Parts: sequence; structure tokens; C-alpha cells
Amino acid sequence: MPKAPKLPGLLKGLGVTMKTAKETMFPDGLLKPPSPVRGAATIQYPHEKEAPTPRARGVISLLEENCTSCMLCARECPDWCIYIEAHKTMAPPRRAGGKPRAVNALDRFDIDYSLCMYCGICVEVCPFEALFWSPEYEYSEMRIADLLHDKDRLAEWFETVPEFEPYETGAEVKIKKVPKKAVS
Amino acid sequence: MTPMFALDPSYWQVTTLKGIMALVVVPTGAAIIVFVFLFKFVSFMHSRLGPMEAGPHGSLQLIAEAGKFIQKEDIAPDAADKRIFKLAPLIVMASTFLIYVVIPAGPNAVLVDLPSGIYYILAVSSLSVIGVLMAGWASANKYALLGGLRAGGQLIAYELPMVLAVLGVVIQAGTLNLQQIVLAQANGEIFGFSGLGSPYILTQFVALVIFLITIQAELTQTPFDMPVAESELVAGYQVEYTGVRFLLFFLAEFSTAFGFSAIAATLFLGGWALPASWGIPTVAMHFAGPAILLGKTMIFCLFIFWVRFSFPRLREDQLQKFAWKVLIPIALANIMVTAVLKVAF
Amino acid sequence: MTAISDRQKLAYVAAQASDARVNLELETGGMILNIGPQHPATHGTLRIVAKLDGEQVLHAEPMMGYMHRGYEKLTEVRTYPQVTTLINRIDWVGSFANEVPFILAAEQLMGIEAPLRAQYIRTILFEMGRIANIILFLGDMAVQLGALTPIFYAFRDREYVLNQIEAVTGGRFHPNFDRIGGVKDDFPKGWIEDSLSAMVKVREFCDQMEDLLMGSEIFQARTRGIGVIPPDVAQQFGLSGANARASGIDWDLRRDSNVGLVYGDADWKVWTHPDGDSFARFWVRLQETREATSIVDQLLGSIKGGPIMAKVPRIIKVPEGEAYVATENPLGEMGYYIVSKGDLTPFRVKIRTASFNNVSITPWLLRGVYVPDIVTILGSLYFILGDIDR
Repeated sequence: MPKAPKLPGLLKGLGVTMKTAKETMFPDGLLKPPSPVRGAATIQYPHEKEAPTPRARGVISLLEENCTSCMLCARECPDWCIYIEAHKTMAPPRRAGGKPRAVNALDRFDIDYSLCMYCGICVEVCPFEALFWSPEYEYSEMRIADLLHDKDRLAEWFETVPEFEPYETGAEVKIKKVPKKAVS
Repeated sequence: MTPMFALDPSYWQVTTLKGIMALVVVPTGAAIIVFVFLFKFVSFMHSRLGPMEAGPHGSLQLIAEAGKFIQKEDIAPDAADKRIFKLAPLIVMASTFLIYVVIPAGPNAVLVDLPSGIYYILAVSSLSVIGVLMAGWASANKYALLGGLRAGGQLIAYELPMVLAVLGVVIQAGTLNLQQIVLAQANGEIFGFSGLGSPYILTQFVALVIFLITIQAELTQTPFDMPVAESELVAGYQVEYTGVRFLLFFLAEFSTAFGFSAIAATLFLGGWALPASWGIPTVAMHFAGPAILLGKTMIFCLFIFWVRFSFPRLREDQLQKFAWKVLIPIALANIMVTAVLKVAF
Repeated sequence: MTAISDRQKLAYVAAQASDARVNLELETGGMILNIGPQHPATHGTLRIVAKLDGEQVLHAEPMMGYMHRGYEKLTEVRTYPQVTTLINRIDWVGSFANEVPFILAAEQLMGIEAPLRAQYIRTILFEMGRIANIILFLGDMAVQLGALTPIFYAFRDREYVLNQIEAVTGGRFHPNFDRIGGVKDDFPKGWIEDSLSAMVKVREFCDQMEDLLMGSEIFQARTRGIGVIPPDVAQQFGLSGANARASGIDWDLRRDSNVGLVYGDADWKVWTHPDGDSFARFWVRLQETREATSIVDQLLGSIKGGPIMAKVPRIIKVPEGEAYVATENPLGEMGYYIVSKGDLTPFRVKIRTASFNNVSITPWLLRGVYVPDIVTILGSLYFILGDIDR
């Protein structure tokens, strides 16, 4: 660079940074008092939280009454992080005078979130609509073993499952419904 | 020293007081610009808020950082030359303290009123080069070596334009003594108009720009931060330093920034003084002087950090070309013009 | 936008030659410097062993493989939906773009074509992945050069695009949204409007980058004439994507191949630059980001209603055969060569990734440059380690 640099490019650069600083410090313009907390592009996490979108894949919840232990989710999981144990039991007949029918009763349905890839194959593949996505994400633990959510914990997440949203115009897909939990 | 409140302290009492003041002012100056500029202003330039948790708006973050550095383990690499490794930050720190000795903050508030004030500062600020080279060599790390050698070349190259830029001010003021330069600006007049005094920023604008560029280089700040190029050399000559030793480098860098900004304020904006034509009594200036100097210093610190975070860095050979082929000729031309005009008017 | 002058080229070569002459006269041996695998300048775990002479590189060699995760072996024992999930993570910044060539190759083997609306959705999300990827590049190259501000702007403005991807697919980085025969779900209400305003923000960011970085004389001094790749060398090494287009090769798979994406329905142009230096690579990618926002705007305006999934069996068994589909991913040309024996899982998948070839040019390119230029060149070639090592 044997000749002196032309100034305009450098000065424009300085202008950009100063303009951003001014927009952060005085989001309402220079005449109002400064308020950098509102002008900044960040939020102060533990004190304010941003809600993720309804479809965000935060945690999986289980609706136990729909589950028939078909094992499809455990089979299709790329990481094999779902542990299912069930036993056969006889349920009362559907209508009077019928035979008792054999159903599966869940003993254990654990999802190991230290392995889970949050891919959603299990939710998609379940034929009985027993698994749902919820956008909750604040379940960090101090011990890795605590990341194994058992049946009861997965059932607790069900309250946070949002309703399915309506689609854009032009979509021909039917909106799914989140089933109501039967009162036990 | 003329007695202020009819006290007559002896020489050793005055010297101790001055020593304590220096020990307090140097880290405080660094702390102020680290918090205001590095944490807050730079964050605003980035659309974010910087540290907010420690104290209101993160004002106590520095205490947390100092505490963190102090409680770290004191390690040195196995293959490092231990004595030189441990001595290097102290030398850089020493050169920082020595700069503060002659900066006047009021009519009498100067540690030592040397007749060759500015000359002394320029000489003593070169000490840090030795410290940096020692750090680079003794770290037994190739990245540190690269950083240290780059620093050696850069810091020496940018001394010359700094000296030449300051020479313009010296010629115009007619003295090397910093206190006299301040008074010359306060009492001076521009073509008969004495409302503003005669701050040398108006007549020596070219010298000011060169001086600001050279202190950016002396502090190894972007766009001249090749020695500490974070994305290549991962902290360059400081890479093996942790704990208190790193804190010393950190403090030295920001204290030197504060010191050089104060010198720039003294040379170009009139230091602690307001124009004499405003008629403020000297007694008031004893108290207001440091505050005025602080304000003027912050203006120059703003420029240093503003430029630091707006530009990418120059490559080493481009850096050197810029100093030798651009800055020095311009500074020499400035001196010639100043000398001619000084004689003419 | 001027090409580098001959005088500048001569000046750079003369500086290197004089350094080399001094080194020969002093006859000092080279210093071996290990750049990486842990280093801020290599985007991930790339290791470059450089033999330096002072500040000049005598010889540099990249050592890849620190991040090898065994993708091609993994695909042999995973079903097609599971493979789709895994391959999201190859180029982890390009999100949706990783899944598309694989799904297209599987659809080619099955003889299925996705409905038009699904193709539109795929193309829109593909371009959004491209925007997210290249915005990161623009900020990242600035950090390599020492400008510490643009990367914050990049992350701030990338959030808009990532939020849009999350609103549709549920995942910001790993959408897992493409299915054989179509896509998984449709847009939620209000998505089109939000995306259009996100594109406006991206365009503002591009303007900011031009003012702050590209116009800056220091940036131009650091990147013009550095790392010049002539077009024939680029073709020999298999460079693709913006790296090839910056050397003047007019090759873009979005326009030149006809796979199941609807680029033909939008009016856009391919950007090339004659110089082939680092500045050209930066410039081409900046223009491509703007072009991508224009494509997304046009497609969002012209998307019509329809189904999003073709008729596919519940359990996907791809018939026997081989298929190779390559698409213009943000990093370059990414292709999947699927060999199927009619099972639930592929028999063999060969993944052709762009960054592997892009990095293979470094020994040729890094001869004789200065140490700071290594970082500039690596930054401008823009590779993602997951893409190199798989």
C-alpha cells in the first residue's frame, strides 16, 4: 500500500458502527432518554425468556392411554433411546356379553434425553397418536442419569403440548388435534 | 509546592502521597475505560448489552474479573525460561507507570514536573517493547514467538511517526514541558480571538491524526494488532500467560491507553485547563482540573475503541509500509509547515 | 468492483521473491508450525502443518479426519428416514440443504416425483439454508481478518432466518423435514408474511456488510490478490460452488441440472467474478445472498396450493439400483450416490461433499504466502469440518 488510503470506505465503516451504537442506546431517538435494554438485540435470559415457536422440538410427551406398546417408536429411533417394557393383561370386553380382550399394559416407557437426537421419527411413526412434541426446553439436570425421563415425567409434559396451528392458505393438509387426556 | 490549606508538608510526605496517588490512578484509569468502553460502548456497537449480572449494569464485573485472575494457579510452561517469563509483564507494567509520572492534572497536580516532559514520555514508552519481546521469546511457544517478533517490528516502526507528530506541537508551543504546553494552549489566542484559547487540535490537526494512529499501533489495537492477532496467533505473545501475569498485561494495555489518551488530551485539547479568557480562578482549577482532564481523555479513548472495533487488521508488511512510507513523510511535512508558520506569525 | 491491477499483483510477487532471496542467503531451516486442530481460524478441527520460513510458508498440508464420524458406514445400517435425520448433521450450518440430494436420489430410484407444492417448499427452505450459511460466512471471514463487529451483526440477522426455519420444521439447525415423496408438513399461518420481512432484514444486513467491510480499504488490501485460483486449477481440484464461480467458471447446478427443485420458476442470475482471489469469493457470496432472498421472495409470491406428499408406502423399501444426485449446496456441490439392493436400508451411500475438494487445494494455494494470508485464504474458501470429514 504505497499510497495513502482513500478515506471514504473507512469512514463509512465507522459510521455503521456508530449508528448501531446509537440505535442500541437510544432506541426512541436522541431526544428521549437512553434505554439500551430495549434497544439491544439480545434478551437477558434468566430474567426474560423468549417463547419458541409452537412447532419447536423441545421435549416429547407421552399420552399413556393411547400407547399399545407396538414398539414402532423404539425400533425406528436412530439412537435406540426409547426403552419400553410391557406385559399382556386382560381388559374387560367392549360390550356386555363379549370376550375379555388381551391388551398390552405399559410397565416402563423411558426416553433417554442424553441420547435423543430430537429428530421426531418416533412422534411421526406412532400409529396411535401417543407421542407429542412440546416446545419446553428447560430441563437441564446436574446428573446425566436424571435425563432419563420415565413414564410419569413424560406424562407431565403433556400439559405443555400446544394445539396444532392452522396452516397457510393453499395447504391441503388437515389440521391434527391433540387429544384430551381422559380423566382417570 | 505552594501550601494550599496552610499546611507545610515535608518532601517525603509529599512524595509518598504522590506515589499512592499514582498507584491508585493507574489501575482506576484502566478500570474506567475497560468498563465504559470495552464492556459497554463496544457492546452497544454490537447491538448487545455486555455484562449485566454483576452489579447494576455490570459495573462490578471488573472486581469479579480481577478476583478470577488472582485466584488462578501460577503456572509457567516447562520449557520456558522462568526468570524472563516472570519478569516480562513487570517490565511492561513499569513502562506504563513511568508514563503517568509527568502528566499534569491540575495547576500543581503533577508527580514530577520535568522540563523535558514529552521527551521523557516518548523515551520511556519504548520500554514496553523489551517486555513484549521477552514475553514472546521466553514462552517457548511458536505462536508467542511470532507474536513477539511482530510486536518488536511494529512498536519500533511506529515510534518514529509518534515523535515527529509530537514535534509539531512542541515547535508551536516552544517548550517540551507538559505543564507549559497546557498553559500555552490556555493562554494563547487564534489570530487575536482568545475566546477558545489556542487548542492545538485546530492548528495541528494532521499531527493529531498521526498521533492517534500511532498510539493505536503502540497499544497493538486493531487495525494494528498483528502481535495479538486473535484469530491467528491466539493472543500472540500473551498466549502462555494466565492469572495475575495476564492481568498485568491486560492492565498495562488499558492503562497505557488511558495514559496516552491523557497525553493526547494534554497536547491537543489543552489538558486540565480551560481557556484563560473565561476567567476561572486557579483555586477552582485545583479541583476541576482532574475532572476536565478525565472528560477530554474519554473523548480520545472513544476514538481508540471506535476504530478498534470497526476495522479489520492490517498485515504486518502493509503495517510497516504504512508507517514508513506514509506516516513519516506526512509528519515531516507537518513539521516543516509548522516551523515556517511559527516563524511567519 | 475493479479487478486487481497488474501493479498490485507484481508488488505482491516481488515482496515474496525478495523474502525468498533473503531466506536463501541466510539458509535458515524452516519452522514447523502446527495450526490446529484447536485453533480459532480453522472452522473446526482441521489441522494444517505449515513449514514456515520467517513469516512465509514454504509448504502447508492439511490433515483432515479429526472429525470423522463414519457417516457412510452408519447409513448401511439405518433406514431411509433415519438416514435423513443423520445427514442433517454433515454441513451443520446449511440445515435443510443436506437432506435434499439424498431424498432426491431415493425418489429417483423409487420413480416418485414430489408434488409441486412440496418442491416449492423444498426450494424455499433450501435457499433459506443457503442464506443462513452464507451470512455466517460473511461474519466469520471478518473475524478471521480481525474485524470483530460484523460477526455480531451476522448472528443477529441470522436469527430471523433461523426462526423462520424453526417455525416450519421445529428445528433451527437440523430440520429433518424432507421425506421421500414430499415434505413432512405445511407452512403455519402467517409464515409467508414473516419470511418476507425476514428477507428484508437480510438485505439490510448485506448492505451493512458492504459499507462496513467490503468498502473498507483495509479489507481490500488484505483480500485483493490473495489466494488467486486460476480457473483451470480450480477445475482440476474439483472446486465447486462460490469458490469456482469466483474464479470465473460459470457453473451453477441450480440452473444447469434438472432435479426436483423449482429454480426455473424464479428469475435469478448466477454471479461470477473474474479475479479468483479472496475478495472475489467474498463478493460472490455476498451477491448470492441477495439473489437467494430474491428467489425466496419470488417463490413465496408464486406458490400455489396443493398436496405436499405423494403416495408412498408406509414402510419405504427402495427398489434395486443406483442413483447419484448432486445439488448446489451453500458450500458447493454436494451429492449422494445411493446403491440399493431393495432393502429397508441402503446398501452403500457415497457422500460427495464440497468442502473436501475445497480444502484439497490448500497445499497448492498456500505456497509462499504469509502467515496472516493463510487465515484469509482458509476463511475465504469456507469449509465446514463436518462437511470435510463426515
